Amino acid sequence: MNSAQQKKFLEAFIEIIRKTSCELPKDVTDLLKKGLGDEESGSNAKYALEIVDKNITLAKQKSQPICQDTGSILVYVHYPMRLDAEGLAKVIRKAVVTATKKGYLRQNSVDSITGKNSGTNVGPGSPALHLEPWKKDYLDVRVILKGGGCENMGVQYSLPDSRIGAGRDIAGIKKCILDAVHNAQGKGCGPGILGVAIGGDRGSSYMESKVQLLRKMTDKNPDPVLAEIEESCTEAANQLGIGPMGFGGKTTLMGIKAGALNRLPASYFVSVSYMCWAFRRQGAVLSGKGDIKKWLY
Amino acid sequence: MIRLDVPFTEEKIRSLKVGDMVEIHGTIFTGRDSVHKWLYEGNQPPVSLKDGMIYHCGPVLIKEKGKWVVKAAGPTTSIREEPYQATIIEQHQLRAVIGKGGMGEKTRQACQKHGCVYLHAIGGAAQVLAESIKEVENVYEYDRFGSPEAIWQFRVEGFPVVVTMDAHGNSLHKEVEAASAVKVKELFEQITAAKQ
Repeated sequence: MNSAQQKKFLEAFIEIIRKTSCELPKDVTDLLKKGLGDEESGSNAKYALEIVDKNITLAKQKSQPICQDTGSILVYVHYPMRLDAEGLAKVIRKAVVTATKKGYLRQNSVDSITGKNSGTNVGPGSPALHLEPWKKDYLDVRVILKGGGCENMGVQYSLPDSRIGAGRDIAGIKKCILDAVHNAQGKGCGPGILGVAIGGDRGSSYMESKVQLLRKMTDKNPDPVLAEIEESCTEAANQLGIGPMGFGGKTTLMGIKAGALNRLPASYFVSVSYMCWAFRRQGAVLSGKGDIKKWLY
Repeated sequence: MIRLDVPFTEEKIRSLKVGDMVEIHGTIFTGRDSVHKWLYEGNQPPVSLKDGMIYHCGPVLIKEKGKWVVKAAGPTTSIREEPYQATIIEQHQLRAVIGKGGMGEKTRQACQKHGCVYLHAIGGAAQVLAESIKEVENVYEYDRFGSPEAIWQFRVEGFPVVVTMDAHGNSLHKEVEAASAVKVKELFEQITAAKQ
């Protein structure tokens, strides 16, 4: 990548990060609006969602972070094979440093041993880059910013689980999902969205649960069994009455996105990533030269 | 909507109940993990917290033309301060604690005993909350704790919160948890029955 190209890509990545931090995607705001309409007037739940709604508008207007915890930076890129992956990774890291300086990202990356904050959001594991080459001549870039409050509510089950009476079957999977929502209460800044992975090893399972969060809230799972899990568990979770912020109410969960990976005969993991209402996810198609051609959400 | 002006009186605080929606006006102090541990260890705060409150918040501020400007100021998870909070409420005569996610049994009891409430801010609403902060009046222990952990003194107008733990021993968190635990058990039974 020559320096002119690098500059182009750098600008594009900074803009994608800015938009992710400051603007919620429409599929998410539509669900928050629906929740606002569903809650009873005068309730704590409605009050919470009104403030959420105001916050979304304000953040977009001011081009400032929706939430001060700008979270883990998850970047998923498909890129044309002819592009130099190492150069691309370097540009993305640089974009993260610049976005931090501009205040789109908080200084959020701490050395786990020394406790020292890198101040740039760059360090081992940050940003989390997932680069995959493909044969197309354009790039597909998607970014998720996931805050610590909701990340702490993630959980991984190993079935069978006697505590909740979950066996290695669909019923068991459903119990894991509902248990996770119940345990989170309001602490994950609900109403939440779940990314769920069934199977895999411990690591791949958690990774897949986050990849599921890249799906649009409006899509339908092509696998009818997974689609049924998503729909029935969302409906069941909303009977729990936990509500926005755990204040009580009808809107506990805005949706579930579930995927399945093959597993070893000995293992059966169900991994749940809880995403807060501030579901910061954006994406763009970039030309091979680094121009933003289209927004994806 | 209930208006609450700082400093608070015990009478006013005791009149609040779980579910009340409140707007705060006046001076508030931030304090998160380091400050709580430090006060708990017996260090004296640089300003009196009597009849005031602590806000569990690690704000983002920048200095523009020599003045501090708040860029984001949402609440952080309160439960981390549970080991310290009750003692601090008692020793410093706090009337309110603001945060998110609620607190535990020790804090609930301290609120009841000493006339204090837990006020829940809206997690993630960094911009709305930053807007209600009208002035950064001071900052204490900045060098000791660093920016997010320092004790910031803000003047707020209409800072929106919900009472989720009152001075009568009630906790909305406890209630919602208990009711949802019953429901989840019911749903588990339905799921098991559908399988058979």
